[in-house]
Amino acid sequence: MNDNNLRLKTSRIWNRANWNQWKLQKTIFILSVLIPMMAIFFLFWIYPLIGGIWGSFTLWRAFNPDQPFVGLRHYQALLNDPIFIRSFNNTFYYALLYLPSNVILALLLALAIEATGILRGAFRMIYFIPVVTSTIATALIWQWLYQPSFGLFNQILELAGLPTQSYLKSTTQALPSIVLYALWKNVGFNMVIFIAGLSSIDPSFYDAAKVDGANRWQTFWRITLPLLQPTMVFVLVTGVISTLQVFGPVYVMSSTGGDALPGGPANATMVISLYQWLVAFRELELGYGSAMGVVIFLIILILTLAQVRFLRARWEY
Amino acid sequence: MATIAQIKPAAQVRRRRMNWEKYLLWLVLGLGAILMVAPFYWTLVTSFKSRAEVLVFPPTWWPQEPTWEHWLSLTELRIGSFLIFFRNSMFVTFTITALILFTSTLAGYVFAKHQFKGRDAMFLLVLSMMMIPFNISIIPLYALIVDLQWNNTYWALIIPSIFSPFGIFLMRQFMHTIPNELIDAARIDGASEFGIFLRIILPLSTAPLAALGIFTFVSQWDDFLWPLVVIDEPILYTIPLGLSQFRGRTGTNVGELAAASMVAVLPVLIVYFLAQRRFIEGISLTGLKG
Repeated sequence: MNDNNLRLKTSRIWNRANWNQWKLQKTIFILSVLIPMMAIFFLFWIYPLIGGIWGSFTLWRAFNPDQPFVGLRHYQALLNDPIFIRSFNNTFYYALLYLPSNVILALLLALAIEATGILRGAFRMIYFIPVVTSTIATALIWQWLYQPSFGLFNQILELAGLPTQSYLKSTTQALPSIVLYALWKNVGFNMVIFIAGLSSIDPSFYDAAKVDGANRWQTFWRITLPLLQPTMVFVLVTGVISTLQVFGPVYVMSSTGGDALPGGPANATMVISLYQWLVAFRELELGYGSAMGVVIFLIILILTLAQVRFLRARWEY
Repeated sequence: MATIAQIKPAAQVRRRRMNWEKYLLWLVLGLGAILMVAPFYWTLVTSFKSRAEVLVFPPTWWPQEPTWEHWLSLTELRIGSFLIFFRNSMFVTFTITALILFTSTLAGYVFAKHQFKGRDAMFLLVLSMMMIPFNISIIPLYALIVDLQWNNTYWALIIPSIFSPFGIFLMRQFMHTIPNELIDAARIDGASEFGIFLRIILPLSTAPLAALGIFTFVSQWDDFLWPLVVIDEPILYTIPLGLSQFRGRTGTNVGELAAASMVAVLPVLIVYFLAQRRFIEGISLTGLKG
């Protein structure tokens, strides 16, 4: 807002006293918005953030007011904690299975749907349905579809005369089964982002390519993909951030029955967020749990910066 | 003339190839579309099957004797009634959404259209929170809620969620499209600052508010980790918490599980079918600015 400009406009009708009163009113308005807002922001965002970093250097147990400083002890313990190492590897295994397949599938769907003409809107609507529905509900539905003895997947395999699988009950199939569910649930989101990215490409690029005699393969690699680069950075960055924090679907789908703790079978689906939840809210080791939170934050920070830098450097247009 | 006669058949061949390709594309995408909706169909059908029919092999694709028993038994589960979970979810989600819309518009307006010391630094600090994973702050936040004696209250579910860096960022971007002259004109006409916000800014913001509202509603309706941490009394369960009680128990009462999942899925799905364009816009909004 250009206050001086306004002052010029109003100088003829307003005197100095009015001007000051108006200034005061404006200040009161700004403060009455900012003070409550910043109070909430500092109490529920900044304070927990600092508390999480500080807490990771202390011996902090729930319901215990003493919080002695222990330096890097938790971080050293993390390196020697076989379940943490397992959960770390599982998280990366999950991300490596999930992210590339999600991005490729979403891009293929976006290209295909863009080319369908009149059915474009209908397909876009249908593929987006799982995105808007409840994660816990759909994860439960899939857990039941995966059920080895009476789940739909094995019933179909049996009807087709194929060998049945044990899916979530198997240490090797459990994590890929969750990845398959996550693909079904989320591919529509990136698909819509890619459709938006594709429609923002200037059609004259394609006309020029056609005049130059480029085939569709060349057009895709030389025009579509490079011009989708900002979309690609966005999809990968948000993908890494959300994948490394995955909790809900794994929590629901990994339990082997009844009151058994999630993460099974035999820690095959233990991801970092799940292990952090178990340590902090089941074993009440808040300091040790905080250290895991800091590790997740550092990984996300490094990967995000690396992706942005790498993808920027690769295609400069 | 000769050249035109030669070009014409080539164009026809090409068009025929395009059509053939289009039908193949429709077929593949159609099969994929069936895979996307089949789990919902199967769940809905199962929720109306009798206990015996659920376990029949080969499975029946349509309930032979439709029954409401699973839907009715949702009100008298061991952990409580889904009516209560539904009410809790509705109350919490609507309250958070309304408050986020209000705070985001107000903060976005102040950050975009007013000048004060430290404005840009403050905005950058708020914005940087979008990079911070919840894992790092969830434990101190939980300790804070316990200190405030808010655990097992609606306060714990609502208050920490009413401030949204993403919402503020989005509304601030939008505010830049409102011309300053409009606000100045209202000032000259003697409108108060809060009056300008209520009578000019809010009515102009309906489109981004609808998008942000849908985005917030869907993500809050789905929220699981935070309620799991701060709520353990079933009377305060939200739908995701109530649903999670079914984990690992799929063997016993699949019909109930199916009906309960439908309770979580159907409300959002119905609104989605009514306003799908707005929905897709709202949820994919995060992507527009790259």
